Amino acid sequence: MSERTLPLVFINLGGEMLYILDQRLHALNTSDDNSEKGVWSENDRKKVMNDIVGTMFGKDFMDELLKPQQLYSHRTMKTVLTRLAHASIMRLNPASMDRLYELMVMAFKYQVLLCPRPKDLLLITYNHIDTIREFVKDTPVVGNKVDETHRKIIEIYSSLPEGEFQLLRQTLLIFFQDMHIRVSLFLKNQLQNPNGRFALSTSGPVPYGMDVPGLIRTFDRKGREVRRSEFPTGGSYTSPIRKGCFELHGDRVIRLGMNMYTVNHPEETHTSKAHSVKTDDTPNLLAKEELNLLARLMGSMKADDMPKTETGFQINLFTTDQEEEEEAEASSGAEEPLFGVINIQAMQDEQAATQLAQIAGQFAEGEEQPENLSSSKGDDLLAMMDDL
Amino acid sequence: MYHKEKSIQVKNSASALYNNLGVLRIAPRHLTYFTVVHANVVNMVSASWDGLNYSHRQLQSKEPNVATSTSLIMQAAFCPLPSRDLLVVTSQKGIQMYESDGSIMVYWHALDTPETPTAQAVFARGISAVRESYICVGVSSGAILVFDVPIKGSNITLSEVLKEHKESITDIAPECSGQPGMECIADLVSADDGGNLYVDCIILWKGTVVAGYGTGQIHLYEAVTGILHAEINAHARWIYSLDIAPFSGLLLSAAEDSLVRVWHLTMTPETNSVEVAHLHNECVTDTQICGAKFCDGDGYAFAVTGYDLSEIIRYTQS
Repeated sequence: MSERTLPLVFINLGGEMLYILDQRLHALNTSDDNSEKGVWSENDRKKVMNDIVGTMFGKDFMDELLKPQQLYSHRTMKTVLTRLAHASIMRLNPASMDRLYELMVMAFKYQVLLCPRPKDLLLITYNHIDTIREFVKDTPVVGNKVDETHRKIIEIYSSLPEGEFQLLRQTLLIFFQDMHIRVSLFLKNQLQNPNGRFALSTSGPVPYGMDVPGLIRTFDRKGREVRRSEFPTGGSYTSPIRKGCFELHGDRVIRLGMNMYTVNHPEETHTSKAHSVKTDDTPNLLAKEELNLLARLMGSMKADDMPKTETGFQINLFTTDQEEEEEAEASSGAEEPLFGVINIQAMQDEQAATQLAQIAGQFAEGEEQPENLSSSKGDDLLAMMDDL
Repeated sequence: MYHKEKSIQVKNSASALYNNLGVLRIAPRHLTYFTVVHANVVNMVSASWDGLNYSHRQLQSKEPNVATSTSLIMQAAFCPLPSRDLLVVTSQKGIQMYESDGSIMVYWHALDTPETPTAQAVFARGISAVRESYICVGVSSGAILVFDVPIKGSNITLSEVLKEHKESITDIAPECSGQPGMECIADLVSADDGGNLYVDCIILWKGTVVAGYGTGQIHLYEAVTGILHAEINAHARWIYSLDIAPFSGLLLSAAEDSLVRVWHLTMTPETNSVEVAHLHNECVTDTQICGAKFCDGDGYAFAVTGYDLSEIIRYTQS
């Protein structure tokens, strides 16, 4: 399958991660009294964004991604994305990271599935890059890194034939296969059905470069059209979408990949598993190639991009584990169980998990919990989450 | 014209690959075999015609060694030859051939994979039985490997490598006129990745090439001359599967737009012309279809698979 998926995967998943973090960090800001105590200020949020974007679009990291290679497992992707998130002063607990990953992946799955033409995957990627550029517009150093990466992507991907893009898309679809986690925002907007599957329309404009179905044309041996007839299509299609812009700046036309989350509705980022939860069939042993990739990616996230002196702030982005359990109990009387069975991990799996933790740990600096928080942000954040 | 029958449940969902449904009818035993690819596994179902017995089997892609990650399967297809039927499975690492019930692997051909990955992906795709004893398989480099298959046993050999194409092969099809003794002008047609119009499915029938495109169009050409007979704006998204029922001239097309369409091709030998008429539509709601095949040579029944669906949906003429 395609050897060029990684850069697009990271930019798009990373982009979704930033959209969600932006929304949740704004959500943490809502407190009834407008006192300064324990809230994330505009500056704090910007710093988080700058740190993550700076690392994600760092030259070494991008160069590693741009090398032709396979797309590995979700576990590897999640590990690297966690490390990216921790390039900022934020510290996400595993439950938050799991939820965050689910949201990111379901959003990207939706975009890839509904992508009108395979090449439009680039437009989706550019939509993410455009918004990321907005997030860091006050910090030119980081903005330049984004532009530089954007140029590299344009250079490498623009000339690929349509067939390569379809192969890329098929590779991504295998990666997302059987994931049907329900996302509140999608359910609300009827993009997703209650069973977790996305809604595919049989009406609307056809992709750019395609013809509206319904016509049969017959030709004679000299190439002259001798007959036309129409047939019922079973849908109602209209004329093609305009061509989107594939340059550094411009109207992408396609809306997939733009920020769907609004600041005022944090409940949009709630997820729940659909009725039949797929058990993870991926092999327990991490292949040597995969571990090598992981090590290279971790190593390429530069140490001096990580904040050394600042203390990390633990936050739960979403409901705590205890609240999740309560929810599960409450809904056990409902028709469908919200959460699936947890597999008991075999020995090999533990080994793989330990290896991952070691690699992640190797590059963590000053990760231990600070004894004395200089400000009370950490404690108050946790307290606020409990109140939600 | 067709109505939906009871679906066959499959152990895993179908991956989004072209022609992701294999069908083999075993008339003497009143059975039909189906294959559906899921990532690195082929799910086989053997279904009895009375609808009472189903048996399942899974085939894995062959790993050259444990240190590398799993090899994804591109395609699984049955190759019916006069003396025997084989099941061919192509992946990123090579080509596996099995007895048609999937019980024994009779042959393995490894593709040349470079030490470090290059930008050009390596895989095999496009499978076809040709004439009496050959199986042709396309490769991402554009080559077509021709294998010589003996009447029985595992002494299959690579007899020739055809290098007409420069781009990845997408699909290969044999001449299937369904009329024994008819003179075959062309044996094989193959399609590749290159060019502005991306062909992903192809059929050769009675000297006519039927090609399905990424633009959703179906074109009918005269095989020998390349003259365009007809052009259909068939689908609103990429076509993923084309199949023909050789005895009746029924054509099946399926695409990412959730629709399966049935057409009828008629040849008029006197004028050397081909007519195409639309007969029927089936919509598989909220599904991007990746495989559609007739279950018999007359087109009395057909089966459909879709991305993320763990079932084979069946339709029969009313």
